[in-house]
Amino acid sequence: MIETVELTTEPVGRSVSVALSSKTGKVVVCVLVFFWTIPTFGLLVSSVRPEKEVKTTGWWTAFLRPKFTLSNYSKVWNSAAGSGDGLGHYFLNSFKIAIPSTVIPISIAALAAYAFSWMRFKGRDWLYIGVICLLAVPLQMALIPVLQLNTHGAHIGSIPIIPALGLQDSIVLVWMAHTFFGMPFAIFILRNFISALPSELIEAARVDGAGHLTVFRKLVLPLSIPAIASLAIFQFMWVWNDLLIGRLFGGSKNLPIIGKLVELAGTRGQDWHLLTAGAFVAMAVPLVVFFSLQRFFVRGLLAGAVKG
Amino acid sequence: MGELFSALVSMLVAVAALGAFVVLLYGLAHLLPRRAREGGRVVSFLFPAILCLVVGLFVPAIKTIWASMFTDQDKPKFAWFGQYVDIYQTKGSREVVFNSMTWVVLGTLVTTITGLAVARYTDGMRGERAMRSVIFIPGAISLAGAGIIWKFVYAVAPSNVGLLNQVTKVIPGLPANMGGNGTRNWLLNQEFGGVNFHFNTLLLIVIFIWVSTGFATVVFSAAIKGVPDSLIEAAKIDGATNSQAFYKVTLPYIRATIVTVATTTTIAGLKAYDIVAATTGGRFHTSTIANEFFDVFFTQNRDGNGSALAVVMFVLVIPIVVFNRRAQRRAEEMIGA
Repeated sequence: MIETVELTTEPVGRSVSVALSSKTGKVVVCVLVFFWTIPTFGLLVSSVRPEKEVKTTGWWTAFLRPKFTLSNYSKVWNSAAGSGDGLGHYFLNSFKIAIPSTVIPISIAALAAYAFSWMRFKGRDWLYIGVICLLAVPLQMALIPVLQLNTHGAHIGSIPIIPALGLQDSIVLVWMAHTFFGMPFAIFILRNFISALPSELIEAARVDGAGHLTVFRKLVLPLSIPAIASLAIFQFMWVWNDLLIGRLFGGSKNLPIIGKLVELAGTRGQDWHLLTAGAFVAMAVPLVVFFSLQRFFVRGLLAGAVKG
Repeated sequence: MGELFSALVSMLVAVAALGAFVVLLYGLAHLLPRRAREGGRVVSFLFPAILCLVVGLFVPAIKTIWASMFTDQDKPKFAWFGQYVDIYQTKGSREVVFNSMTWVVLGTLVTTITGLAVARYTDGMRGERAMRSVIFIPGAISLAGAGIIWKFVYAVAPSNVGLLNQVTKVIPGLPANMGGNGTRNWLLNQEFGGVNFHFNTLLLIVIFIWVSTGFATVVFSAAIKGVPDSLIEAAKIDGATNSQAFYKVTLPYIRATIVTVATTTTIAGLKAYDIVAATTGGRFHTSTIANEFFDVFFTQNRDGNGSALAVVMFVLVIPIVVFNRRAQRRAEEMIGA
């Protein structure tokens, strides 16, 4: 895995004689990449055109008679056209959801990843295989029972095991859902990394009498920063872009921006000036996060994907 | 802003509580008899995660399987596999499952091939990183956001704002049933050129491909760079052409990566709910299992049927995961890793 990291951070380090590409192939790919950008570009152009123009002419005509404005943004930010708060409120909601839903599961998963890598106990491998199996369980399988856990609690027969949480319409419930559903992936990625740390280092510390807590805090956590960073970026983007959980768990007051956007697309589907500006507001955060932290992100994904 | 601040404070309290809990449990392990001590410590590290997995995933999954064996009435009756038979026999649900399969097969195939092609031809090219970043942009956008972007591309008259209608309009000689007059309702029409082949579903799959190709490209690029130069050079000295070297050396070498990417894309395609919800809402025969699940559960309140749909999703995932593991093991043996 360490090798993979080296390879991805390295710039274009390949001699021309080894690159396997032809001129035609390159041209085709360039054209393809160009086409790939068109929808996003059209969105961006439309979002800064006046309402009347957006609704009557295609965005590609904007360059013939340039007329641009930022009023769509201020309108959609402050009042989402009559239906309660503007997108600004939901934009903030998304941060309120995404930051804790990143920090909490990663903290819990880091502890577990350490135990799966460096603590010896019976049944460790089987337990870990169980975690991996849960990776394959689609979110939809667990959604409803978790909602019911909140309203009814858990019982065996008529004996209550967990009381009803009663967190209806609370943002804490959204955090919990993301923590539950993101857990197998977080453990998987962190264990891949933590178990690959040099064993001499950790065993030396153990021999010197350091307890697991000390080794975890002083040695493993600092060394795992690259993996934690990439997982955090991934999880943050995942939560920010999620529609299903945000829609179901937090109530309308805590709806994330993506949820509000889809609601707008349903109720005001022809108001393209608002939809395009709103969509761009919602996209801005993951794009900034991705481009500023791209290096870490790619590394983390590869830790799982290339090694398998 | 104040709300965000208080949310972050609650988060810090939660993390601090987790830390205190683990330290306390770890300390308590010291009170255990010597032989059980290490076990106690393991518990203190694993307990929070296992609790989340059991309460949040394992037990709920079992409950969903159980719930799928009951009828949808107010007083649900045990019905064995009645709901599954129902899904199989209802034309609408069968279509939904068929749509999902189309998503998985076409989406994965096109994504993987495009990703490989882009990774291959940008390898060693000037501006390689920029190209890959550009193609990755849709992957950073939410699926729902991508749905809205493309709804704009597919937009229909009277507002002539849709790009696709504009393009088909300027193509000379295109018949009206292929959008020739620029007023076609793309997301509503299942036929294209007079033949019904779920064309609107294909247009939704295009969105999925647009989103997922970036991820595939980035991963394939890294894998291609991981192929030892010496292998390729040796092949070339033996007289292999560029494409022979690519198909006979590079592709087999990165086989495990290809399988992984295909698996991830397949699972993502199966779960695709956001794109459908943001564009058609599942109308006009475009619903997928994930979308139908939401609909059946929350608008029709049919708990048993909804649970059964969720289980069908799970069942479709299993063979893919098993195949992934086996293919990977074989690939590892091949390259001796």
